[in-house]
Amino acid sequence: MAPVTVFGSAVFANAARVLVCLEEVGIEYEVVEVDYMAKEHKGPEHLSRNFDLWMLMDGPWCGDVSLQPFGQIPALQDGDVMLFESRAISKYVLRKYGKASNVDLLREGNAEEAALVDVWTEVEAHHYFPAIAPIVYECVVFPARLGMQPNQKVVNESLEKLGKVLEIYEARLSKSKYLAGDFFSFADLTHFPYTYYFMKTTHASLLDKFPHVKAWWEDLMSRPSTKKHGAGMFLEP
Amino acid sequence: MAPMKLYGATLSWNVTRCVAALEEAGADYEIVPINFGTGEHKSPEHLARNPFGQVPALQDGDLVIFESRAICKYACRKNKPELLKEGDLKEAAIVDVWVEVEAHQYTSALSPILFEVLIKPMLGGTCDQKVVDENLEKLKKVLEVYEARLSKSKYLAGDYISLADLNHASVTLCLFATPYASVFDAYPHVKAWWSGLMARPSVQKVAALMKPSA
Repeated sequence: MAPVTVFGSAVFANAARVLVCLEEVGIEYEVVEVDYMAKEHKGPEHLSRNFDLWMLMDGPWCGDVSLQPFGQIPALQDGDVMLFESRAISKYVLRKYGKASNVDLLREGNAEEAALVDVWTEVEAHHYFPAIAPIVYECVVFPARLGMQPNQKVVNESLEKLGKVLEIYEARLSKSKYLAGDFFSFADLTHFPYTYYFMKTTHASLLDKFPHVKAWWEDLMSRPSTKKHGAGMFLEP
Repeated sequence: MAPMKLYGATLSWNVTRCVAALEEAGADYEIVPINFGTGEHKSPEHLARNPFGQVPALQDGDLVIFESRAICKYACRKNKPELLKEGDLKEAAIVDVWVEVEAHQYTSALSPILFEVLIKPMLGGTCDQKVVDENLEKLKKVLEVYEARLSKSKYLAGDYISLADLNHASVTLCLFATPYASVFDAYPHVKAWWSGLMARPSVQKVAALMKPSA
């Protein structure tokens, strides 16, 4: 039986999201590197610093439209199952392989717990990610991939937004050990990739203002899954 | 058992996203309006439901949750799990994929258009045509993918309706309240899919709620 294949290595934050889930459930998998600079019908001039375009339409190109119709990273193949969208892929992996490894990060056996996992997974997607990702793109990705300096206005606006989001996280994590409750879940794990890159920037000290968030992050980074894939996530100019 | 309470104004496409799912799932619920004009969304009572001070929020007994797509999933799991296909790993994953696509590809292109055309004038601002035009171009690229997908299956996740389709209802109804609905004309399978959705009582209920006189 061919192992599960992920298209896109951990250096791509959305692929890292999937890869840490695969580590958590402990199955065999292989990673196929994607040469995103060699886009089939788009030249390097399309790798603009337009953050929205980069993320939404002209993101790292997966190449195979049948596998990933939006041409983005990651994609996953597991036998005849072909998936894209990192959060959907992650849930599939956790659902399919979690039981055998005694890992339950979705809590789908309990309606209330599953709902809280969903809530904070959505919060990451719609509040946390939009605030933190521009900082990661400006300070890590664009300097490394495009040789550009960070746009300080974008960074400052995002830091302000992120600060407000972290106030809410601080309040939440003062009441429960993890985001969905006193149990570790996908809602926590899904924060790993972008936070990991953020913590490599000079703005990492922002977390010092939020002691519960900082403790939660350190706990997240103590897991073998995040330690392993963090090692593969480096972007140097 | 008391009905679930959905907090929010029916003007909000995030609130009415939940209405489509709650209706389709046959859930027992009532809508409790939140008055933005009086700042009710920032009141301590509402912040306890949704710490971001936004709508919707849902209360079901002791459980209080927020984020429209989390609410929709909860409603489906509770009342009509076949909308999520959770009994089948492959089908459930494909539903999840297209639920993500609605959020990160479709609505992310459409909501800036809706904001500029429908919301900004209400707040005393003027529509930024540049934003509208840029996002229309993005939306067209997304619709190309949808057209290819819907040429192969009746609904987004397969030949069965799922939450992935329903999550599109509220924002698409809003699109049809703007001058830009004709963007669908170039995509016949998307148009047919939408006509099918519009015929469903759940979506008709959302359409009725969104009418200004309602």
